[in-house]
Amino acid sequence: MFRVNEIRKDFPVLSQSVHGKPLIYLDNAATTQKPLKVIEAMNEYYREYNSNIHRGVHKLSQLSTTAYENARSVVKEYISASSTEEIIFTRGATEAINLVAATLGKSLNEGDEVIISHMEHHANIVPWQMIRQEKGIILKVIPINDDGEIIFEEYEKLISSKTKVVSIVHISNTLGTINPIEQIISKAKEFNALTLIDASQSIHHSHIDVKKLDCDFLVFSGHKIYAPTGIGVLYGKKKILDKLPPYQTGGDMIRSVTFEKTLFNDLPYKFEAGTPNIAGAIGLAEALNYIRSIGLDAIIDYEKELLNYATEKLSEITELRIIGTAKSKAAVVSFVLRDIHPHDIGTMVDMDGVAIRTGHHCTEPLMRRFNVPATSRASFSFYNTTDEINVLHNSLIKVINMFK
Amino acid sequence: MHELKELYQQVILDHNKNPRNFGPLPQYTNYAAGHNPLCGDQVDVYAVVEDGIIKELKFSGSGCAISKASASIMTTLVVGKSVEEAKTLFDEFHRIVTADFDDKVETLELGKMAVFCGVREFPARVKCASLAWHTMVSALESSQNNEVTDNNLN
Ligand SMILES: Cc1ncc(COP(=O)(O)O)c(C=O)c1O
Repeated sequence: MFRVNEIRKDFPVLSQSVHGKPLIYLDNAATTQKPLKVIEAMNEYYREYNSNIHRGVHKLSQLSTTAYENARSVVKEYISASSTEEIIFTRGATEAINLVAATLGKSLNEGDEVIISHMEHHANIVPWQMIRQEKGIILKVIPINDDGEIIFEEYEKLISSKTKVVSIVHISNTLGTINPIEQIISKAKEFNALTLIDASQSIHHSHIDVKKLDCDFLVFSGHKIYAPTGIGVLYGKKKILDKLPPYQTGGDMIRSVTFEKTLFNDLPYKFEAGTPNIAGAIGLAEALNYIRSIGLDAIIDYEKELLNYATEKLSEITELRIIGTAKSKAAVVSFVLRDIHPHDIGTMVDMDGVAIRTGHHCTEPLMRRFNVPATSRASFSFYNTTDEINVLHNSLIKVINMFK
Repeated sequence: MHELKELYQQVILDHNKNPRNFGPLPQYTNYAAGHNPLCGDQVDVYAVVEDGIIKELKFSGSGCAISKASASIMTTLVVGKSVEEAKTLFDEFHRIVTADFDDKVETLELGKMAVFCGVREFPARVKCASLAWHTMVSALESSQNNEVTDNNLN
């Protein structure tokens, strides 16, 4: 038995009411709530040892440097990287992808190809378009089927010796589809293409082992895995990161500066310009430890239960159509309700205390693929319950009645 | 639930279901396109203006119930009015959906627009209600193709 009622107590936000109803937070794919442990770890930093890192010889600076570097080790362990040199702290997944596209892009040439999929978040589309504009590379898009699954044969047709990068989302934030990244990566290797995995939605819903995956880059954001906003991770293989030019310059990324010449620091500092989000990194490490304390396997099993229950329950509503029906899915349910606009749905269920996301979820090409302007999306976390899904269900029935 | 009933009054639901003056005008003197990138709402406003009088006004596009009903009701209010009068109505409408309207129904037009009072309890939806109006004003101010986006909306 998953002790969800105990776990809910770890999240202060969850015990409140909105519009006079208990909050039911089903917008976890946008951002997750923070457990007390994470909030306290960050508080402790600010209250007790706030100071800049890698700078001072004084006591507090040593404490904060140790905490920041310890956070890097926690991330390294969590994703099974080979060394902490491969863990670069960024502001989030978006900045991490931009970092890779911008630095790797410098060595790409006209006619080189980058492959993405039709279900990418804008954060994994636009940075490559910028390189296309600058360098004349070709951006190729793997199509998806009506269930929202990558069509692997089409990927095999797109990839060639011209392919330099394959940049793919692991789990779609809009559809919940779990992509077969192992096969995608090994196919890319046959053509010596580099691989980037956007693990924003998967780092807390599946076991990620970058050594086993053998991907070249992997990115995620802290705030989607119970950590604060403004902190994220770029994992990169050392031998590849070593070859990339710096992204931003100044601060920790520098070894020595004269007006004639600047020497850059070693990994991972080479990519961490300026004072980083120290409290954020500390919060991220605490969040990863928290996930580990609950147990990823238990989380995966429980969220699967929630997904199955939600899919069944919402499918009882005949006017409701689920967008994203992949065989392999995470706990995300996107749907349209007759011709009722998602914004009207979002406002109405909010009055019942239910927070869902409505809109295009930063995946406009995907909306066009399914011929809808927007969807409503309920995305679940291990602190959600089947009772909450019942409330969503009843609230949606009310919406339908209102629009009769 | 009370606020929700205020927001989704019967009149609004009716205009959403059966929008008046819906569809493009084959011939028009003024046009503008409005777009709210945040939610994907899109509205095109077509007008025939002669001697400063709005002879015809239609809209097309897609959006939520609030934005569609607002566009529909707007078209019923401004046809036959002068461009200046239409702009004054817009100002009044803006007052209704933001805060400082004291529920006094001074004119018939205001009466019809008063159904949008409920919007002010939902700040996230003010843009939905005002998109069509902004787009109309933009159309009236220029006969060229005009783009209204979120940036100049509120
Ligand atoms: C799949 C995916 N990639 C990238 C991002 C961007 O994350 P962030 O905004 O935290 O940088 C998101 C967040 O919505 C996402 O879901």
